[in-house]
Amino acid sequence: MENKRKERKGAVLFTEYKAGKSIKKALSMKRDDILLEIKESKLRGRGGAGFPTSTKWMLTAAAIADEKFVICNADEGEPGTFKDRVLLMEYPDLVFDGMVIAGYIIGSSKGIVYLRGEYEYLLPSLNDYLENMRKDNYLGENICGKSGFNFDIEIHLGNGAYVCGEETALIESMEGHRGEARNRPPFPVTTGFMKKPTVVNNVETLACVTKIVEHGGAWYKEHGTDKSTGSKLFSISGDCAKPGVYELAWGTSIKELLEFVGAEKTKAVQVGGASGVCLNKTQFDRQLAYEDAATGGSIMIFNESRSMLHVLKNFMEFFVEESCGQCTPCRVGNIKLLEGVEMIESGEFTFSYINKLKDLGKTMQVASKCGLGQSSPNSFISILENFKDEILNNGNGGSNGK
Amino acid sequence: MLVVEKNALTEEIESLVQRFGKDRSSLLKILHEIQKTHRHIPDFAQQEIARLLDIHPVEVYSVITFYAFLNTEPKGRNLVRVCKTITCDLQGKDAVCKAIERELGCKFGESSKDNKFYLEYANCLGLCDMGPAMAVNERVYTNLTPEKAVEILNGVK
Repeated sequence: MENKRKERKGAVLFTEYKAGKSIKKALSMKRDDILLEIKESKLRGRGGAGFPTSTKWMLTAAAIADEKFVICNADEGEPGTFKDRVLLMEYPDLVFDGMVIAGYIIGSSKGIVYLRGEYEYLLPSLNDYLENMRKDNYLGENICGKSGFNFDIEIHLGNGAYVCGEETALIESMEGHRGEARNRPPFPVTTGFMKKPTVVNNVETLACVTKIVEHGGAWYKEHGTDKSTGSKLFSISGDCAKPGVYELAWGTSIKELLEFVGAEKTKAVQVGGASGVCLNKTQFDRQLAYEDAATGGSIMIFNESRSMLHVLKNFMEFFVEESCGQCTPCRVGNIKLLEGVEMIESGEFTFSYINKLKDLGKTMQVASKCGLGQSSPNSFISILENFKDEILNNGNGGSNGK
Repeated sequence: MLVVEKNALTEEIESLVQRFGKDRSSLLKILHEIQKTHRHIPDFAQQEIARLLDIHPVEVYSVITFYAFLNTEPKGRNLVRVCKTITCDLQGKDAVCKAIERELGCKFGESSKDNKFYLEYANCLGLCDMGPAMAVNERVYTNLTPEKAVEILNGVK
């Protein structure tokens, strides 16, 4: 894969940056002042959940412990998401500088990148980059002459489990256990890796922090909407002329995005990956933002030739395989939803049963233990609702044209 | 397993435990290394890891079975993983897979007769903008056509 850093254009992240600049600036500031800048920027977690970064870091900074950890969540497993791959390959400076700044703010000396096993090919270049940071004293002891601030970063490889993107499952996995989500509270900000206070942040969030420290929170807030500040990296794939990773302002409408990537005859747009929602033509005016169509960055485009039932089946098979099996709503629920899809496929279904399954989906959304089971019914409910005519009312007894 | 093989494996695990530490958090790192060198984690290795980390062997087994990249049975020498998630699927994954199966004479979920390859499907590899995609061991290949995929596999030693 080629490095396209020079060709990429954007307002916030895909801009010029000299490695180490924000680290030096941060180290000349007081910890509280940096936190205030981040608070001012209204930065929210870029993994999809959108938790305010400043709140998370303030809680961890306030926790008293002999050891704290900064974890970069690079377990990018959501179908249709690949922005972290691009960031780690082309912009490691933004990500690692953000980790060092996080370490300085919360008072940690250890950063760990949880890199998904599928991205093992990135490992040599990332390790080389970290080695150079050590040589330049951006990592190690007394960083950039700041006495008493020691920080180092290591990379932990995942072993192929989607659920490990959930922060407590990720921590379990790092501690050498099955990647099963924990009960919360306690939250990782007080009881995280090795029971120590831990911040877990998405790759993109950390990169944003580097930019906020460089230019200030007020500058960051100029981009995007009131509730979703800054810009977002979108991983766009599917039926369009120019798939790839693009930086767009929050608040961009789906219609604008489709024009931007040259998508024609679009029937459906899946926002937020397999765990997101599927929108039809009547909803293309909606905005991509935390307050409207929220997403961790995955946008999948389907044109008129695609069978939405086929798409749904693919998603449900994914969740059946990736459910960790710990809690019943998710373990059994996903299988039942997949069976429902197969019934529709063969034409052997009743409307009342499908409605029951939709209710089951709603139960899963509230009863599942972690984000996987809480969000896996989203596509089932939204596809059956938004593409009802194609899937259920198609005049073939529901057999989807077969 | 021969006694000499057992001894060699024990030594290997001992050195890994020394490298990563005796703590439970070293478990996945150790399993990753054993998986990499032996392409599976044999029974005996599981017992030795458990003994050296002072945990029950069932704990080791339960962790191995949780993760898609770890397995207890030997597989073909080169692991071929074709992405089956929706974007790769719509970009022609089926044709690629059929061509691979024809060429190697085995199905997905099986090793080839000469034990050179093991075929499996993978969930999203994060290469959706360049699908269909597959990984052969750690290397990834993108924008596959049936012909290109077969050519790549023929080039694998």
